[in-house]
Amino acid sequence: MQLLLERRSAALGWMNLMSPVLAIGLTVLMGGLIFLAMGQPPLTALYLYFIDPLTSWWSVEEVLVKASPLILIGVGLAVCFKANVWNIGAEGQLTAGALMGAMIPVLFGDWQSPLALVAMLILGALGGALFGCIPAWLKTRFGVNEILTSLMLVYIAQLLLDWMVRGPWNDPNGYNFPKSAAFEGWHLLPMWGDGRMHFGLVIALFTALILYWMMRNNLKGFEVKVVGSAPRAGAFAGFSQTKMIWFCFALSGGLAGLAGLIEVAGPVGQLQPHISPNYGFTAIIVAFLGRLNPLGVIFSGLLLAISYIGGEGVQIELGISDKTTQVFQGMLLFFILMCDTLILYRIRWLGAPKNSTLGEPS
Amino acid sequence: MSAYEAILFTIITASTPLLLAAIGELVVERSGVLNLGIEGMMVMGAVCGFAAAHVSGSAWLGVLAAVFAGVAMSLLFGVLTQTLITNQVATGLAITLLGLGLSGLIGSDFVGLPGVKLANVSIPWLSDLPYVGRLVFGQDPLVYISIALTAGVGYVLRRTRMGLIIRAVGQNHNSAHALGYKVVAVRYACIAFGGATSGLAGAYLSLVYTPQWIENMTAGRGWIALALVVFSTWLPGRLAAGAYLFGGVWILGLYAQGMGVGIPSQLLSSLPYVATILALVVISTNRRLSVINTPASLGQGFVPDR
Repeated sequence: MQLLLERRSAALGWMNLMSPVLAIGLTVLMGGLIFLAMGQPPLTALYLYFIDPLTSWWSVEEVLVKASPLILIGVGLAVCFKANVWNIGAEGQLTAGALMGAMIPVLFGDWQSPLALVAMLILGALGGALFGCIPAWLKTRFGVNEILTSLMLVYIAQLLLDWMVRGPWNDPNGYNFPKSAAFEGWHLLPMWGDGRMHFGLVIALFTALILYWMMRNNLKGFEVKVVGSAPRAGAFAGFSQTKMIWFCFALSGGLAGLAGLIEVAGPVGQLQPHISPNYGFTAIIVAFLGRLNPLGVIFSGLLLAISYIGGEGVQIELGISDKTTQVFQGMLLFFILMCDTLILYRIRWLGAPKNSTLGEPS
Repeated sequence: MSAYEAILFTIITASTPLLLAAIGELVVERSGVLNLGIEGMMVMGAVCGFAAAHVSGSAWLGVLAAVFAGVAMSLLFGVLTQTLITNQVATGLAITLLGLGLSGLIGSDFVGLPGVKLANVSIPWLSDLPYVGRLVFGQDPLVYISIALTAGVGYVLRRTRMGLIIRAVGQNHNSAHALGYKVVAVRYACIAFGGATSGLAGAYLSLVYTPQWIENMTAGRGWIALALVVFSTWLPGRLAAGAYLFGGVWILGLYAQGMGVGIPSQLLSSLPYVATILALVVISTNRRLSVINTPASLGQGFVPDR
């Protein structure tokens, strides 16, 4: 038996929407098998994972809290990937944004006014954007592969944060714990609900809508699509590849930085060595699962947020390591890439392969 | 053992996992495939190697298990990118994310357990030679394997028919296909080889470098290995030189921390990552050098038309 791919004459439109559904189904199926292999009741575990987080208001709020940074970073990366620019270092830009935005509460702790919060948000986005511009500069000036540089910068940013909270920005009254002083008053985002719901969700949804509009109705969105799918055509149309790289990194870096600021000024409430459970990397999956479409990203962001909460739930209820979350997320990206093949190709099974030796010309 | 000997010795141990992972990726990229999943394959090799060695008590069984784990992960990558023609960058990332998650899950039962260390080679008389004895004749077996692999890859790529086919497939898969070479099969074989050496590199970390299992213990080494391949301009000799240079930078940072230089330890720990970026800038500035050897079909999927 041999598997053969045949290019479709036109991309299958409905498959574009079906493929994430198929991928989620396959992930759930595989997840059940993994739980079975671990000697856990698969149905109970899957229920705890994907349904239970939605059954109480408290956990729904928690899902929304986790979804905010994922959506915010995910929409930025969606634009990036659409333009064929590979920013893999959102986690680093998130850290840089958090650091830059935290300047206000740490250095100007006495400045209490709504303006302080606005300044923090702007500085957060600016920090992420500037940090994102490093790989953009290296790419456009020296031709260095942006995947590798943006990823290396993640480690550098995290070590920088670690140093800051243990050294210069350590809380003087904090008994030497690696933390900054806790943020207070206007240095925290407005919260509501009885959980930890905060203003970040509004920012995330608003950003997604704006980018949806940009990609659909604005020349910039058209430029992103053309440069990404047909760079030569883009060049003839006068769209600059270099400017596109700068734009994508500044945009996605800025949004990642904003997400980082929202985390430290929201649920975390101070600087500490770990401010994100790998949101920057998970957002890559969010972008792909959301079809690189800002509206789709809202849904995929919510789904991956559920997987975080579900993972914690399974750990508490069944005592399984919360690493299952990362496994689920990895599998999801896997299956979505697999299912996407069906959009462009038709799969055929052939009979027995012809006998031939590997590599020898026949 | 004198101080300089000790430093050189640790540099070699720090460089070997980089060299092992990078030499496999070099072959993969020469065949025109970009596998960004090294980090994932490596960490799976590390955890499977540790687990097998801990359960069986034999370090060599651990090495074998690590190779299997690396190959299994790489074949997953192969099925997606070669058979289903998925985007290679995204698939490589998926391998890394999946590998980091799976390894954490498998390793959660092994955290803090004592490991089995792969014994160093000891040749009577030779290993006791002054100055060079330990350095040349007293390393662990994987060091020699990594050097042999590098030499072997260099020879095969440059001097043999097989190497010519691999390079042809990487340069222009349409021409190679027209000549009757099995492009996809060649690429599968190269991907599996890359998986095997990444697994070995992981085993090196959990069976030699620090014989225990620590979550995410690869610490970006897979990505540095990827950068090394670019840095070497796809030439095995330069790759080895680059790997030892990077091992040197890594150890320099550690020693400086140990000696209590007035620089914060975190900044010293970031040295290898900064060095990687600088090295990439230096090599990319020299356009001629990087363009000549770059496999022309790198990262492009191949669907035979018939």
